[in-house]
Amino acid sequence: MQELTRPGRSADWRGRPPPARPVGARPQPRAGTARRDPAPSRLAYRLHRIWLTPVYRRVLRVGLPGFALAMVVGLYLADESRRAELSGGVTAMIEKIQTRDEFMVRTMTIEGASPVVDKGLRAMLPVTLPASSFDIDLSALRTQVMKLDAVEKIELRIRPGGILSAVVTERTPALLWRHAGGIELLDAGGHRVASATARDVRPDLPMIAGEGAAAHTVEALALFEAAGPILPRLRGLQRMGERRWDVVLDDGQRIMLPERRPVQALEEAVGLHRRHDLLSRDVAVIDLRNGDRPALRLGLTAQNTLRRARGKPELGPDGRVSEPGDDKTAGAAGQGGSGQTTRPAETG
Amino acid sequence: MRDLYQGQRAMRQMRRAAMARGVIAVLDIGTSKMSCMVLQFDGPGQFREEDGVGPMAGQSNFRVIGAATTQSRGMRFGEIGTMAETERAVRTVVSAAQKRAGVRVDHVIACLSGARPASYGLAGEIPLASGKCAEHDVAAVLAACNVPDFGRGREVLHAQPVNFAIDGRSGLADPRDHVGNRLSVDMHALTIDGDAAGNLVHCIRRCDLELAGVASAAYVAGRAALVEDEQELGGACIDMGGGVTGVSIFVKKHMIFADAVRMGGELVTQDITRGLRVPTTVAEWLKTRHGGIEATGRDDREMIEVGGETGDWEHDRRTVSRADLIGIMRPRVEEILDEVRVVLDAAGFEHMPSRQIVLTGGGSQIPGLETLAARILGQNVRIGRPLRINGLAQEMTTPGHAATVGLALFAAHPQDEWWDFEMPLESHGVRSLRRAVRWFRANW
Repeated sequence: MQELTRPGRSADWRGRPPPARPVGARPQPRAGTARRDPAPSRLAYRLHRIWLTPVYRRVLRVGLPGFALAMVVGLYLADESRRAELSGGVTAMIEKIQTRDEFMVRTMTIEGASPVVDKGLRAMLPVTLPASSFDIDLSALRTQVMKLDAVEKIELRIRPGGILSAVVTERTPALLWRHAGGIELLDAGGHRVASATARDVRPDLPMIAGEGAAAHTVEALALFEAAGPILPRLRGLQRMGERRWDVVLDDGQRIMLPERRPVQALEEAVGLHRRHDLLSRDVAVIDLRNGDRPALRLGLTAQNTLRRARGKPELGPDGRVSEPGDDKTAGAAGQGGSGQTTRPAETG
Repeated sequence: MRDLYQGQRAMRQMRRAAMARGVIAVLDIGTSKMSCMVLQFDGPGQFREEDGVGPMAGQSNFRVIGAATTQSRGMRFGEIGTMAETERAVRTVVSAAQKRAGVRVDHVIACLSGARPASYGLAGEIPLASGKCAEHDVAAVLAACNVPDFGRGREVLHAQPVNFAIDGRSGLADPRDHVGNRLSVDMHALTIDGDAAGNLVHCIRRCDLELAGVASAAYVAGRAALVEDEQELGGACIDMGGGVTGVSIFVKKHMIFADAVRMGGELVTQDITRGLRVPTTVAEWLKTRHGGIEATGRDDREMIEVGGETGDWEHDRRTVSRADLIGIMRPRVEEILDEVRVVLDAAGFEHMPSRQIVLTGGGSQIPGLETLAARILGQNVRIGRPLRINGLAQEMTTPGHAATVGLALFAAHPQDEWWDFEMPLESHGVRSLRRAVRWFRANW
């Protein structure tokens, strides 16, 4: 018990260190010079308050620099010669960039064009080569070229190396069309390709005639296809009343086709010719306009032969009953297309 | 009385204007520190339920956007001693808070801890002519309070109606539309020294700021540190500041008493300076870092180097034990608490239903104060931290900033004061003129 109440200070009592207590920094001794007053002066305080006012703040931060900038630019541009210098400099710079070697077009290559089209295309180019590619408006050139009838399609592009390349697809003429203005070459779609001076220029192409025939070239080509054995005798197709076709054969014979299904009607006529050798006889017109009731118009010789056999007076070349004794003229007038139609004369 | 009424009404108008602009500053002018907070009022409903922000005791309609604290200058015992020095300190703290907030503030609500506050209970009674209490009856009964002689140069800082009674039905918070014959009111008036208040107004004016309200530091500290139940059931707030220890007693959510003891933490520092013969800065450091109230055996062994720069080696290498420090601090703290006890006894605090005591202010951070205060003041003692408000920095949540936070609450939700009601027209001339005007209007 005596150890618990130990009088006086013992060694181990003194040796225990004081508890570690986290303490803050001891205040620093004051420096020799007087400290600066931390309070803002009245002027600084007021200026700070003005700076915090939104209107002043906006004016000072946006308005003033903006005004200064506008002022400097305005003063600089007030002089006419400076403005001209500035715009001239800009133009020169643009010019310099556009006429760089990389942007220059030197040659023009044209593929798939006939010499006439080639020449026309070169004449249409608005600039003389070499020129800058910025000066060549390809889409405008294309619309201009497309106005040429002979050209169906054109691909224009500027290839690297300064080449303006044009790939031309020309229209191929498929028909000759004779109309009031002359003879024209048409392609399969009915578009004009070129004009022709005479039929003999392209004897290999079939011929169509009449107003509005160009709009039905597909039908006309189908009819030529269907003509078959009579093709060597075929002179052409004639559009009648912008409505239907007449097939015109070499000695003035005609096959009048209906408005609808003309190809079938022509095939029927060809069938008649095959079976009865119809077109070799003296038949002026085969009228197939009414599909249920085909009609024939006989030639003058055939009519007169029939009339002779019946003991009737013969017809003259004008279609009237001639005086007996005019046989000679009546026999020669077989070509006339204005003979009176007798129907029904013969059925196929 | 009428001048004061007009002045306070003007300040209320200023506060309303500041609320409309959305920015107001609160300025706690203490003896040892000055703090300023810039509040922004966004209106209610800036938070939804799912944001995790609760109603925050109804304080969610504003937030702190800038706060600053600086050492106070030119202040003694909670009053302005040197005007120019105080003005500089106000400029420093307002400028720093403005800079942090990024906005300019023009309206400021200030609080004052000293200036010898005195508390008065006033009573008034009027007959109700219409048999029903109307709005103007409330104003009339407030004006009918028998005002005692406050003394020369005293200004009324707060005049809050605490209790209304109609025909013996007492304890009414809002007497309007109650039926009865007689309306009586109990009002609590707090007066301060008029010169000190005038100095404060002048100082704020010098800083290009408009004063939108003045409050007692003891009152606003109580509003921040006392929780709602303590304010309702009865509690006292002891705001232990640097120069002044403020006492305010709350019951039924109204302040019924306020007083101040002209002793505070700076007195403790002064005692340490004298007792240990050290500079004031070192004494302050010793107090805040090593100070305490309850000495234990271990404190005898904890030696603190005091230091010094006199050039005398023996003097500069002195050490003091923590027990010595506590031996100096404890009697002074005891004396302060004894004075507080006297004030509470004078106020009749022992008759309150709930005798909760909340210690707040910078002085309440002395370790072991709770035990000492419980021995002197009563059993229900706790250290009060200010209410949490939106945007408050961590450094401002210490008990030392209770008055600042309370001032923010006061700015957001001021309690009804006498000057919030229309003063009835008393003078005969105005009344007869108005009657003449009415007669003209009715007949032509």
